[in-house]
Amino acid sequence: MGAYVMHRVIQMLIAVFGISVIVFIITNMIGDPVNVLLPPETPYEQREIFREEMGFNRPLYIQYADFLSSAVRGDFGNSFRTERSALSLVMERMPATLLLTVAGTILATVIAIPMGILSAYKRYTIWDNLSTLFVVAGQAMPIFWLGLMLIIVFGVNLKWLPPSGYGEMGIDRLKHLILPTVVLGVFLAPVTERLVRSGMLDALTQDYVRTARAKGLSERVVLSRHAFRNTMIPVITVLGLQFGQLLGGAVITESVFAWPGVGLLAIDSIRNADFPVTQAAVVTLAIIISLVNLSVDILVGFIDPRLRQ
Amino acid sequence: MASVGSATQDSVNSAFSQQRLRQRTLRSVLQAAWKLRMSVIGGVILLILVFIAAAAPILSPYTPEEGRTVDRLQPPIWQGGSWSHPLGTDGIGRDYATRLMYGTRIALAVGLLATLLSGAIGIALGVMAGFFGGRIDAIISTLVNVMMTFPFILLALAVISVLGASFTNVVLVLGIGAWPIYTRVVKFEVERIKSLDYIHAGRVLGVSNLRLMARHIMPNLVNAIIVIGTVQVARLIISEAFLSFLGLGIQPPTPSWGYMLQESQAFMFSWSDIWLPTLPGLAIFITALSINFVGDGLRDLMDPHQRASL
Repeated sequence: MGAYVMHRVIQMLIAVFGISVIVFIITNMIGDPVNVLLPPETPYEQREIFREEMGFNRPLYIQYADFLSSAVRGDFGNSFRTERSALSLVMERMPATLLLTVAGTILATVIAIPMGILSAYKRYTIWDNLSTLFVVAGQAMPIFWLGLMLIIVFGVNLKWLPPSGYGEMGIDRLKHLILPTVVLGVFLAPVTERLVRSGMLDALTQDYVRTARAKGLSERVVLSRHAFRNTMIPVITVLGLQFGQLLGGAVITESVFAWPGVGLLAIDSIRNADFPVTQAAVVTLAIIISLVNLSVDILVGFIDPRLRQ
Repeated sequence: MASVGSATQDSVNSAFSQQRLRQRTLRSVLQAAWKLRMSVIGGVILLILVFIAAAAPILSPYTPEEGRTVDRLQPPIWQGGSWSHPLGTDGIGRDYATRLMYGTRIALAVGLLATLLSGAIGIALGVMAGFFGGRIDAIISTLVNVMMTFPFILLALAVISVLGASFTNVVLVLGIGAWPIYTRVVKFEVERIKSLDYIHAGRVLGVSNLRLMARHIMPNLVNAIIVIGTVQVARLIISEAFLSFLGLGIQPPTPSWGYMLQESQAFMFSWSDIWLPTLPGLAIFITALSINFVGDGLRDLMDPHQRASL
């Protein structure tokens, strides 16, 4: 087990390192930081002096080494725009992203689990077909359009819910949360439903389910205690490994609803060529995704020793 | 005895008579079509979309990029509009139906080209990783992990803002971003096939690595790749629309559904303008939906064992 954990931790470090290299190269190509930092009318000589002072004239790999050694200490530099620490800007946005992701996951689970169980249990009936239709439609849905339509219908015209933003702490926040949650839920539910369905289909043919039925247990108990519990392991594993996809959905949702999370911050910083913030946002997201993947892997390896190889 | 024999003979004859056989074939085709009815419908819609994309200049008397301001915001036909602009006009008087039809071109072209590009990269890397194993596999698998870990859309946004938004760059970014899914599937398949006897036999006969990969392994992967590729076209069409929606994709005045949605946001404050944001989104949705239905059918036809796992 120790070797397995070590192996996975090293893999994770390599992945995070790889992403930091990619993001560093990309952000340094977006534009000349000197142009971003100095007003356009600055004379050439002053630009060059500034470039030298800031170290932007050094070779890229030296700048990267510098970036990396500060980054591991949590220092991504200051935002070009607000001159505040990039990492603390990212951390301020983290609760909003977390709230949205958790709410979206809960909604998706609430939709997907009953649907998946029903679909598998009543295979090839109208219920199965209906849920398949939901899945196929959900996967074809451009969620940013869904968000836009929800804003137009429920936010702007019916005025039932706030069209965008984060709101004040409390009931107001919950009201602001509803539409983005629906969008993220629709994004995530189809995948989850398919996982639950295929897991249940598999479980229902297993000997232990037949045994449970032979013992005379009620169908409810057979489904919930015997079949469904065994399905949850692969479902959680796959969902955990697809956490990056979920955050991708959150980025899209945040941008449509002006939800002030890390995704929106990342998009804004990319548009404004505010590299320290982009780097901090991307690397932080990468670390979080990798940590989730890692813990899922270790947990599953712990539960099922066959998977440690 | 003779009568029994001839009766059997008769029934055999009639069972295999041309007419019965034809009826059976027809029935089995119809049965298959009924089973795959959603895919058949999806396929028909897709063909219509391809036709619209190809024939847009013939189908419409207008150009998608020019409009007359006097004609601006004419309502569609169901809101009392005129047949000269059946789906109305947008904020600067361009015919909406025309823009939607030309948008089909952009969507299908980006989806197809980006899928071909990502498929080519992903398959090549997957075959290499699976065939050679060892260090090459380790490097490629790490790359796949890095790419799969990270939300693809953020990376695409960052790269687009470096390269600048244009049709070519959108295709490049989506193509270069979407390859890992092929690599993963192809690698596992190649590893499985590699250990089969006929590959060993090929090696013993002195068949070169390149030839083994191209002639003896690749043909076995075609079905799986076509199934993934189909669904990827739909995914990439949606991704392109999102990039364009953010203004980082296809640039105006070229009509792309995503950018049309972006423009329609200016008219979100009244019920009577709701068709403006509705139609481009529906176009994306219907296109992706029909492609996914076709993909489902292809999976049933070509790759039955994958269906159980999905």
